[in-house]
Formats: sequence, structure tokens, C-alpha cells
Amino acid sequence: MAFLDIKNIDVFYGDVQVIFDLSLNINEGEVVSIIGGNGAGKSTLLRTISGLMNPAKGQIRFEDAAIESLPPEEIVHKGIVHVPEGRRLFSLMSIKDNLIVGAYNERADQYMEETLEEVYEMLPRLKEREAQLAITLSGGEQQMVAIGRGLMAKPKILMLDEPSLGLAPVLINSIFETIRKIADQGTTVLLVEQDVNHSLKLSDRGYVLEHGRIAMEGKAQDLLGDPHIKEAYLGI
Amino acid sequence: MIYFIEDAINGILMGSIYGLTALGLTIIFGVLKVVNFAHGSLLMVGMYVAFWTVSLTGLHPYLSLIIVVPVMYGFGYCLQAVVIKPIFKAEKNVREPLTVIIVTTGVWYILDNMTLLIFGPQYRSIQDNPLKGKMIEIGEMMISVPKLWGCIIAIVTAVGVYWFLQKTRTGRAIRATSLDRDAASLSGINQYRIYNMTFGIGTAIAGIAGVTLIPFYNIFPTVGVLFDIKGFIIVVLGGLGSIHGAIIGGIIIGLIESVGPQFMTSTWTEAIVYGLFLLVLFVKPSGLFGVKYDW
Ligand SMILES: Nc1ncnc2c1ncn2[C@@H]1O[C@H](COP(=O)(O)OP(=O)(O)OP(=O)(O)O)[C@@H](O)[C@H]1O
Ligand SMILES: [Mg+2]
Repeated sequence: MAFLDIKNIDVFYGDVQVIFDLSLNINEGEVVSIIGGNGAGKSTLLRTISGLMNPAKGQIRFEDAAIESLPPEEIVHKGIVHVPEGRRLFSLMSIKDNLIVGAYNERADQYMEETLEEVYEMLPRLKEREAQLAITLSGGEQQMVAIGRGLMAKPKILMLDEPSLGLAPVLINSIFETIRKIADQGTTVLLVEQDVNHSLKLSDRGYVLEHGRIAMEGKAQDLLGDPHIKEAYLGI
Repeated sequence: MIYFIEDAINGILMGSIYGLTALGLTIIFGVLKVVNFAHGSLLMVGMYVAFWTVSLTGLHPYLSLIIVVPVMYGFGYCLQAVVIKPIFKAEKNVREPLTVIIVTTGVWYILDNMTLLIFGPQYRSIQDNPLKGKMIEIGEMMISVPKLWGCIIAIVTAVGVYWFLQKTRTGRAIRATSLDRDAASLSGINQYRIYNMTFGIGTAIAGIAGVTLIPFYNIFPTVGVLFDIKGFIIVVLGGLGSIHGAIIGGIIIGLIESVGPQFMTSTWTEAIVYGLFLLVLFVKPSGLFGVKYDW
């Protein structure tokens, strides 16, 4: 039984269907990438897993319990943590308050102080600036806070939606290094990225999402060598 | 000159009580993003709760706070949980759910008319009022004691609310929800519970305002309407969602109302109040202080 098991889900915005009969699974400790072009439905998939949206059909099971109809705060409590596209920080709150709010669920709250130290250790820049308002940070710093806030929730699965979006190449490297460290510490990671090269290199497996359907899946290495992927996503 | 200063001081004191009514409104707006048209009615309910507490128990008017605050908090919490929340859930995907505003308007009519049915239209005021007509004399100036207390209570409340929002776990969750509901949910915050609590806090503040008013103000079923309109004007002046903006905006309105009549008829002072309101809306819609949220 997979750690996270998604079976045949359909997802709609109003009357418009954007995910079609999608199945996907993640094992404990894996790093899995989802790649796909703009509008393929990657963010929608993450929003559905984290409970911001509900599938019209199909099941999502996590650690053998059905979660597809739970509200987001209960899914966080179970250990699935979603770092949304575009950072979505609490703009007029300090870095530190953003991080503290990340630990709001009861499971994480009791370890808040320790987790905060760990996050500061991994992302020392945040400690230097802990009193600064989130809105005043650069894009790279904001992404660090977004990831840090996700870690504060003590994720069993950390889902990252385009963490490298809009960042300079140096920063992209450091973001991927951070994700590497998180994975090495044993956290399962579900990574949505347009930077296919970087993300597949970091991953064990990958799924290719096209028009709301899984078009291809396999070992990350195999996907990196696949002619279709090379042409459509790597531009080689 | 001396009358001018006396009026100005009394205006500032009364204005800070207006600010207190606006404070509840601004906090509810800041988090739920809906204008609560029932806010004046909540103030009215607060005045009746305070009135009956004082009348039945013989407590000093200000001591009635220990009953009024929890009762009003619970009332607001339940009102949001039972009446307003279902609408929010049904309109989950709508950015600015207008239907919620319509519901708060309905709550306003229902509360005012229920009060009319139960307690009748008559004006009431507390008996054996220890603060009745009490004045402090400073030189030749007479300052109203209950208004002075009202001002102190208003400031203590505003500072307390600010501290609560900044420093407590729940306060942080409320701020987070006001800034980004989805991101707050993804951090484990139950958005609807925060709405309930915020509505409870806003209603409790309306109750505190009610307590400050009963020593010198009549109590009747439509008393809230007067404060409702002022509340909206103040909230726009001070900046939607701003705590100190609410208090300062209230003081500005109080000053115009009290000092104005020395120079013109009181119809004109009202015209000035509305004129200022429109001017701010045109020139600086984010409010006089420019900050949207200071918490
Ligand atoms: N709130 C919404 N209401 C209606 N349709 C939406 C909404 N959000 C997304 N969509 C549509 O759903 C489809 C999938 O969007 P989604 O954001 O999941 O794509 P994505 O793969 O994350 O794209 P990107 O790489 O641009 O982030 C798109 O066609 C989009 O237009
Ligand atoms: Mg997306």
C-alpha cells in the first residue's frame, strides 16, 4: 500500500473539468516530480490533495485513511503540507510570525520552538531577518520563508508548487539544494516544477501531466532520457 | 475660548466611544471581508444586556462588563456560526460574497424588531445611576465623567485588542486569516472557527461600547442606527481594517460634532462629516492613514 494513493480522481472548477481520471501514488521517503506545461492541472492536483478543492469522483488515501473530503486544516494535521504556488506569505507579518503560524496544527505546535531552531539552521538568512515583514523580502527570500513555513508544520509529505518560479539561476540552485536536504532528512517530497531538468535530477520518480491526464510516468532517470520529454520539456 | 476647549475635550471623549463602535466593525471587516450591517444592532443589544444586568443585579454600570463581554462574545460567535457561516460555505468560491452582506442586513432588521417586540419602543435609562450628570471641573471647564471613563475604556480596549492580535497564538491565526485565507488553511487554521471568534470579538467590543454609553445615553430599539452610520464613516476615514485608524477617525468625528455647532448650525456639521467621508473616498480611499491593516 502506497503512502499516498490517489485513485481515479476527477476535479472541476464549476462546470469545467481540469483533472480526468487521474491516479498517482507516492511511497514513503520518495521524491516524486510532477511535470507539465502551463495549465496542465499541476496546481489543481496539489490543491485537491491538500483539501482546498474536493474531487468530484475518486479516492485519495494517506496512510490508509480516506482524506478526499477532509478540510485543509485536517489534512495538514495528518502531515500533508502544501507550499502553494506564488509563496502566498502573510505579507504584513514578520518572517518569524509567518513561521510560527506554520506550526499552527496541534501535532506540530508542541515542537514549535525546536522546529523553529531547525528551520533557522537550514535557512540561516531567515534568522537574520526574522523581524522583517514578509512583503519587504526579495523573491528568493520569500520562497525560503514559504518552504520554512511548510517545514514548521512537521510534514510527512511536503508538496512544493513551483518553488523556483521567477528566481535567478543562483537562487534556483540553492532552492533545489534546500529541497535535497529536506529529502535527505527523510521527508517525502512531491515536487511540481517547470524546471524539469533540475527537478527530475533530484527525484526518484516522475509523472508527466498533460491536459489533466497522466501522459507518462516512470523512474526519473528514464524520463530524463525520454525523447518526448527531451523535446517537449527540456528543449533539446 | 474656554467653551471651545471644553467642547473640544468632550468631543474627543465622545469620539473615542464612536471609535470603539467602529473598532468592532473594522476587525470583522478585516478578517471576514464583509461589511457587517448588523453592527449597530449588536451595539444596541449590548446596551440592553448592560442595562438589564445593571437593573437586575444592581452592579455598578462598568462592572457589568464582566457579564456583558462574555455574553456578547458568545452571541457574536453563535450568530456567525449558525447564521452567517452556512452562506460563506455555500459561496466558498466567490471572492467577495455579497450575499453575506445581505444576511447581515437581515440580522439588523430582525434584531431591531425583536427588541421592539420584547421591550417596546420606550426610551430607557438606568435607575440609581451613580454617574448621572457627573462632571469634573477643571478651572471653568466642565468635563463629563462618564465620557471620560468611556474614553479610557475605549483606549484600553484598543490597546488590548492590538496586543492580543500581535502576541497570542490565536491573534496570529486571526491576522494570518485576514491576510490570506487559503494560506492560513494550509497552515492548519480552521478558517470558519477564526471567523466565529472574530465575530465574537467584534460583538464583544460592541458590547463594551454599549456599557460605556448606558450611563449617559438612552436605550431604545433603534439606537444602533445612529452609531451604525457613524461607524461606517469612521472606518472609511481611518482605513478599513485599521485599529488606531478607528479610534482616531472616531475622535475626528466627535470633534467636528462638538466644536462645529459653535460656528454653524448642526445640519452643517453633519454635512461636513459626510463631505469629509466623500472626500476621503475620492482622494484617499485607503483611509487617512494609508495603512490597510496595522495588525
Ligand atoms: N480558480 C479557477 N477557476 C477556473 N479555472 C481555473 C482556476 N484555476 C485554474 N483553472 C484552470 O484549470 C486549469 C489547470 O490550472 P492549474 O493552475 O492547475 O495549472 P498548472 O498546471 O498549475 O499551470 P501553471 O504551470 O501555469 O501553474 C487551467 O486551464 C486553468 O485555466
Ligand atoms: Mg500551477
